Amino acid sequence: MYQIIGKKNLGEGINLYNISAPDIALKALPGQFIILRVNKKGERIPITIASSDKNDKTITILVQTLGKTTHLLSELNVGESLADLVGPLGVPTEIKKFGTVVCIGGGFGTAAIYPIAKAMKAEGNHVISIIGARSKELLLMEDEMKTASNEVLAATNDGSYGTKGIVTDVLRSIIYDKKIQIDRVIAIGPVIMMKAVSDLTKEKSIKTIVSLNPIMIDGTGMCGACRVLVGNKTKFACVDGPDFDGHLVDFDNLMNRLKFYKEEEKTSYDCHMKAHHNLTA
Amino acid sequence: MDTKERLKIKKHIMQCQPPAVRNGNFKEVPYGYTAEEAVEEAKRCIQCKRPYCVEGCPVNINIPAFIKLIEEGDFLGAAKKIKETNSLPAVCGRVCPQEDQCEKVCTVGKRKDTPSVAIGNLERFAADYEAKYGDIHIEINHKKDKKIAVVGGGPAGLTVAGDLCKMGYAVSIYEALHEIGGVLMYGIPEFRLPKEILSRELKVLEDMGVNVFTNEVIGKTLNVDELLNDRGYSAVFIGTGAGTPKFLNIPGEELNGIYSANEFLTRVNLMRAYNKSEYDTPIKCGKTLVVFGAGNTAMDAVRTALRLGYQDSRIFYRRSRNEMTARIEEVHHAEEEGVKFEFLINPIRFIGDENHNVTAVECERMELGEPDESGRRRPIPIKGSEFITKIDAAVIAIGTNVNPIVPSSTQGLNLNKWGYIIADENTGKTSKKGVFAGGDIVTGAATVILAMGAGKKAAAAIDKYLETGIW
Repeated sequence: MYQIIGKKNLGEGINLYNISAPDIALKALPGQFIILRVNKKGERIPITIASSDKNDKTITILVQTLGKTTHLLSELNVGESLADLVGPLGVPTEIKKFGTVVCIGGGFGTAAIYPIAKAMKAEGNHVISIIGARSKELLLMEDEMKTASNEVLAATNDGSYGTKGIVTDVLRSIIYDKKIQIDRVIAIGPVIMMKAVSDLTKEKSIKTIVSLNPIMIDGTGMCGACRVLVGNKTKFACVDGPDFDGHLVDFDNLMNRLKFYKEEEKTSYDCHMKAHHNLTA
Repeated sequence: MDTKERLKIKKHIMQCQPPAVRNGNFKEVPYGYTAEEAVEEAKRCIQCKRPYCVEGCPVNINIPAFIKLIEEGDFLGAAKKIKETNSLPAVCGRVCPQEDQCEKVCTVGKRKDTPSVAIGNLERFAADYEAKYGDIHIEINHKKDKKIAVVGGGPAGLTVAGDLCKMGYAVSIYEALHEIGGVLMYGIPEFRLPKEILSRELKVLEDMGVNVFTNEVIGKTLNVDELLNDRGYSAVFIGTGAGTPKFLNIPGEELNGIYSANEFLTRVNLMRAYNKSEYDTPIKCGKTLVVFGAGNTAMDAVRTALRLGYQDSRIFYRRSRNEMTARIEEVHHAEEEGVKFEFLINPIRFIGDENHNVTAVECERMELGEPDESGRRRPIPIKGSEFITKIDAAVIAIGTNVNPIVPSSTQGLNLNKWGYIIADENTGKTSKKGVFAGGDIVTGAATVILAMGAGKKAAAAIDKYLETGIW
């Protein structure tokens, strides 16, 4: 069960995993996520599904190695299995013909925006994708995004590729310089990026959907850990989301809530790495 | 022994870990009866001709019969007798509110000077004895060729599964979490229901032949229609339990350190956050924690907090002691352990620091007015009574709303105005042919044993439906 069929290092501690998950692969729709546990004493962590293959019965996820759990995951090799994998969770992204849709992926949020861009294009939308990273080498899935979109624009912080700057610089230029009529924006990436995108589109009242990633445990509408403020109301990202109207989301609250266990996460990671290095030394 | 002699025997109180010791560990609070104590307590049962206790039990255990077997020293026989009707005796012996059920109507207890027979304690004794010394093998005749899917592996679903399996059906449980047990696993703490004891009873079900699929969210991974049409199940029972937690809806509630009871308990129980050296899911510890609410979940949360190291763990309740919905035993245990109860207090807002962590709560005092729709006297704020309490964390334990996943993904299922599934009280039948439901997804938050009772009725109705084909 939940065997890793493929694994690829994409640099900067980001790994792509193909995982055998027949039931999930059959059902997964753009915007949905899974929850996994690496081992029987591990945490449950939510991760957006980047793609699913009904024929191979696999799903693809991209995970950045940040703490203990993602480090343990990165140590698993092809042929090994996860302890638990459940999904597809959350409400799928609303896919229909809007007209011109801008899909924005920041960092490894690109993995999450990819299936949405693909579905939006298949639905007959004109899809302009904007992908961003710190530098050219870190830009993810550019080729895939090209096939999934009508146009792909890139932004890198160091200017090594595409526009020098961030994804909102590109979006601003589309809205204000090129004066392209945009019917919908979907933005997935770091919270700060989704906030900046939402602030920008609010000026022109362009409907903007963001995908939120709060701390989660069960992911099925029981524990309430993933509560977020949307339009000043409590919503649960696992069953009401993860997609929400970016103009109504309280991003500062989300950022604060994401920080709550930083100290514990660091201690856990340090202990793990210490033990790990002692073992490997 | 005649009835007169039986009535002279003093009730045997179950020995417990001393409060000052147990509030620092997660081990079970009561030790359980010794064999001698159990036999002596069993002698107090007068074997009524009309046993009201059986009627008082939602799963109709033959109580006089199993107690008689204990009295005779046939402890394994007693366990077997209980298991005829109840698949989870070690669980029920611990978490049932017996004082409101079997023990409430016990004839002995109705007399002025004699307390009820300790039926729950005896049930627990028999179940634990069997676990230790016996190996009751329930013979299953898998002769029926129909399959039943049970959605949700909590008290209701486990009961349906156990009963139908015993009748000879092939039963599969679909569980959303990584372990079955439902609230018994994620909600009820180790010190009330050790996971080892729960796992043992769950394993008995699996050994009987119940298939368990964990990590399957019905409504997401598969849906109810697929179970009926594609996977070959002749009937589906929905027992998905509690939904999203209710919050107070006051300013500052989004601050860090404010948990729903479900989150707080899930971290500690299902994810074993109390065992920091081995498990990865974190929980914050501090000095002062306030739980808002006064039901059994609130008691579980506040007693868990004490054990995590919150020396000052309190209950703030907006009504008075008389209106608390928790079992008296739980309140008593909590008080013994050092939990402070403060009544007629209503929270107004939470206050946080620059890091968005909660540091205090502002409350106002209340007085009781006229009875409200629940029949309890309505609390009314006292003007100018506001005060601030410094806290490190808070737990909101004021109930749950419906879980939307199955209701929203199943065509043809009638729901009430709050979104709960409408099901017949006596059969669990829903508006959708072949689909039954029971437990919290029908009634809203209730008790383990009521969910089990609903499961028992549904199992009988499912059998009848599959035998006759009549919906």
